[in-house]
Amino acid sequence: MRLVGVRDVSKDFANGVRALEGTSLDIEAGEFLSVLGPSGCGKSTLLRLIAGLAQPTSGTIEWPSGRPDLGFVFQEPTLMPWTTALANVALPLKLAGVARSEREARAAEALGHVGLAGFERSYPRELSGGMKMRVSIARALVTEPKLLLMDEPFAALDEITRRRLNTDLLDLWQRTRFTAVFVTHSVFESVFLSQRIAVMSARPGRVLSELAIPAAYPRTEAFGTSAEYAALCRLTSAQLSEALAA
Amino acid sequence: MSARFLAPILVGLVMLVLWEAVVRTAAIPPYVLPGPILIAKTLVSDWSTLWPALIITLEITMQALAAAVIVGVALAILFSLSRWIELSFFPYAIILQVTPIVAIAPLIIAWVDDVNLSLLICAWLVAFFPILSNTVLGLRSVDRNLLDLFELYGAGRWRTLIDLRLPAALPYFLGGLRISGGLALIGAVVAEFVAGSGGRESGLAYRILESGYQLKIPRMFAALVLISLAGIAIYLLLSLLSHLLLRRWHESALSAEG
Repeated sequence: MRLVGVRDVSKDFANGVRALEGTSLDIEAGEFLSVLGPSGCGKSTLLRLIAGLAQPTSGTIEWPSGRPDLGFVFQEPTLMPWTTALANVALPLKLAGVARSEREARAAEALGHVGLAGFERSYPRELSGGMKMRVSIARALVTEPKLLLMDEPFAALDEITRRRLNTDLLDLWQRTRFTAVFVTHSVFESVFLSQRIAVMSARPGRVLSELAIPAAYPRTEAFGTSAEYAALCRLTSAQLSEALAA
Repeated sequence: MSARFLAPILVGLVMLVLWEAVVRTAAIPPYVLPGPILIAKTLVSDWSTLWPALIITLEITMQALAAAVIVGVALAILFSLSRWIELSFFPYAIILQVTPIVAIAPLIIAWVDDVNLSLLICAWLVAFFPILSNTVLGLRSVDRNLLDLFELYGAGRWRTLIDLRLPAALPYFLGGLRISGGLALIGAVVAEFVAGSGGRESGLAYRILESGYQLKIPRMFAALVLISLAGIAIYLLLSLLSHLLLRRWHESALSAEG
């Protein structure tokens, strides 16, 4: 079932820069889709358009079965530094008018899901980069959204933390089966995570090709070192090079 | 006690000793320059005059600071809600700020019958701008992504103000408050000078003027010392308040070990 249909969307910024040109993309309910492209290709813009944080200059974004609840994870953790991890995670519920005791219980549960039980009372500055990103993911998932949009969420993290978060993210996805749209510029990350990759060209960006990653889940560290993974990465890299040359 | 406190105290003591020594060896008469010991003695002997004067000046200062906080924050919020209001009124706030208070104090004192109220207005005029400009800056310095997040979850302007803009502006506001605390005191003293006796109760500035006329120079210095001490106390109090409010999260209040 199709959840989102991006139809021939273009986006011009006020300064005249054309970020997207004639982009089309279908997103199926429940899938894990990565959007792969070079820096500045309009991946983030595409994500913001889907989130409704910006409006397309031309083209439409269709929601065949209505616009679902969605969660958004930014490049930075984007936490409120003046309050605790728990209150940060509870924010979407607070803004939705959920009563205090209920939202705190649900936020604590969400923190537990990302492996941060016991850090409810910590302030963002007391947490490491990876932990802050986990809080950010917990906040995006606390409303149990149908669609989770992630904008290069692990780009600023070190390799080891990033790998752990990749595995944990897949784990969360398999348990709750939200639809995941993951923007990245890393071939390895996109192949490891997703069922399908949309490859974008350089600015003005558009989706040039799509490729399926047929490997079975759960994908573990073993998958990350397999010949199958290496072959898929090679294939994806080739597609990306083609997109850059186009 | 660390060097941070010891060093300035030591410098102060050395300066006081030097001052006393110069006054004694050169036999400078007290009506030209009293030594620190005489000033301290005067502070004690004239306490019954100086203490009520200090209280009056401090009352005006605190009232002016409170009014500056209320008006400054309210205007800043109004500016942050409407770009048009900000564009229309901010230049006038700047004009108020750059016009020297000594120049407009006589007007205000002439226009307003109640002397206390006119002093309050003068002190407020000097104190409110740092709070206004800092709070405006703070309300605008909100993380763009957090603003997007609030929009994503359908938060209205009011919710965004309460839960996002105001907390984000708090460190900026407190910075402005620290500056305004000192300025309110300066404003109160300047206004008292311009107003002269002004009638019934009189603050420290009037005592300084009066001592000058009567050539009671040691008392003048004692009053000066009190004003300085009051200024330092205000600064320390506001710094403490800032530290207490920010210590859990803001970079400015973090200790070195983080």
